[in-house]
Amino acid sequence: MSIKGKAFIAGIYEHPTRDASDKSLPQLHAEVAKGALEDAGLTFDDVDAYFCAGDAPGFGGLSMAEYMGIHIQHTDTTEIGGSSYVAHIGHAAAAIAAGKCNVALITLAGRPKAEAQKVGTGGGGKGPMFDPNAPELGFEAVYGPATANMYGMAAMRHMHEFGTTSEQLAWVKVAASHHAQYNEHAMLKKVVTVEDVINSPMISNPLHRLDCCVVSDGGGAMILVSPEIAKSLDRHCVSVMGHGESPKHLNGGKVDLTYTGAVWSGPRAFSEAGVTQADIKYASIYDSFTITVVETLEDLGFCEKGKGGEFVMDGNLISGVGKLPFNTDGGGLCSNHPANRGGMTKVLEAVRQLRGEAHEKVQVPDCDIVLAHGTGGSIGTRMGSATVILGREDA
Amino acid sequence: MSERKAPAPIVNVESKPFWDATAEGKLLLKKCNSCGEFHWYPRAMCPFCHSMDTVWVESAGKGVIYSHSTMRRAPVPYCLAYVTLDEGTTMMTNLVDVDFDSLEIGQKVEVSFADTGEGNALPYFTTV
Repeated sequence: MSIKGKAFIAGIYEHPTRDASDKSLPQLHAEVAKGALEDAGLTFDDVDAYFCAGDAPGFGGLSMAEYMGIHIQHTDTTEIGGSSYVAHIGHAAAAIAAGKCNVALITLAGRPKAEAQKVGTGGGGKGPMFDPNAPELGFEAVYGPATANMYGMAAMRHMHEFGTTSEQLAWVKVAASHHAQYNEHAMLKKVVTVEDVINSPMISNPLHRLDCCVVSDGGGAMILVSPEIAKSLDRHCVSVMGHGESPKHLNGGKVDLTYTGAVWSGPRAFSEAGVTQADIKYASIYDSFTITVVETLEDLGFCEKGKGGEFVMDGNLISGVGKLPFNTDGGGLCSNHPANRGGMTKVLEAVRQLRGEAHEKVQVPDCDIVLAHGTGGSIGTRMGSATVILGREDA
Repeated sequence: MSERKAPAPIVNVESKPFWDATAEGKLLLKKCNSCGEFHWYPRAMCPFCHSMDTVWVESAGKGVIYSHSTMRRAPVPYCLAYVTLDEGTTMMTNLVDVDFDSLEIGQKVEVSFADTGEGNALPYFTTV
């Protein structure tokens, strides 16, 4: 059994805010849910399944189901950090294929900027990574594993083993900035150069400030529906072709920071979709840091292991310039990173590309098959990886 | 060199022998009697063969840097690292009393302990 062709993304919405000091967290979840339903031409009364992750406030999906006044028969609160929402697509498609539900709502929202969280440099003290019963906590928290230095260790090792350079990593940010200039909502619209990146202040070596994603508020939502409902809607629905997910961890101390869980999630998604890397016209790749993109592209098979640095050089990720247009909304590096989780927005831009609704300056021509990949947790310790391959309705 | 205070770890019944030993300057590892593998972080069940027959063994406290990154955006910059011990397992730690700018992957290091003031000490590593 496969989910291929069994579920369609009928509606999406990305919150335009980047600073939500005037809104509560539940309010943001509700606003993005409403936006995605309106986009699909559906209402809250049509929703029979709800998917959310650790950013949803209160008692998992129950608190938000109550707040939004929805009456559901299926819920899933799989929490694998920023990759959760990509995994939720696979879970929702499986639930639809199994007849458990017909209209699934997935939401993400957060306000780390309004709450002045020291994301990436100062730990945090909240969330699953700080559960006193977490078995790793006693052996890690005392050493100050803030996010940027864990990704820094991954980058340092990748450089050591494969000769990857800071200039190569910088090309990822350069490409994102070329796209962000056309996104009116992007936090950082200025086009930057390789020199700008490597001359920006060192955060945690070898990662500079411009190797790191932004901290922003906001959120997003999507609606997955059954084929029958997709046909009934006056909307260009997008087909879920394949999905794969896999956690990766430190494996009992046999540590290897040079690859991500995409080495497992990618092949599963490609196999289910029945396509290869050569078929992918556009890729949304989680870009918490520049190194995240380089490792993920290798692990998804867009280039050989260790050649990711070379692959991203010379604008190869810039739409209209390179071979693999990526993150045409500016991604987490330039546009937004709501709730410190980038998986949702990766899918939203991938759907826009398939619908032909990306900005005209970055729209990929004849965009029929795309990939979106999420990474949650930390590539320096334990992570969730999730990959989806989406196609036009006729793909 | 480091003015960073050594914070007290969260200790539970499973990890208490490890932290008690740090007060005596000992770095303990868990070794599996069934498959013979060392693992990190120490736990009751071997993560490789899933045997519950694991025992505490004192490490020689020597190893090499697997990777490192120095957090500059902190009141006192500090170096987060993974060290691969001679016993074969890799642990998270801090590199202390080192020149952050001249650290190299593969460099030899040895353990040193920093008193937390709460009856235990943090295993740090320094270059040899």
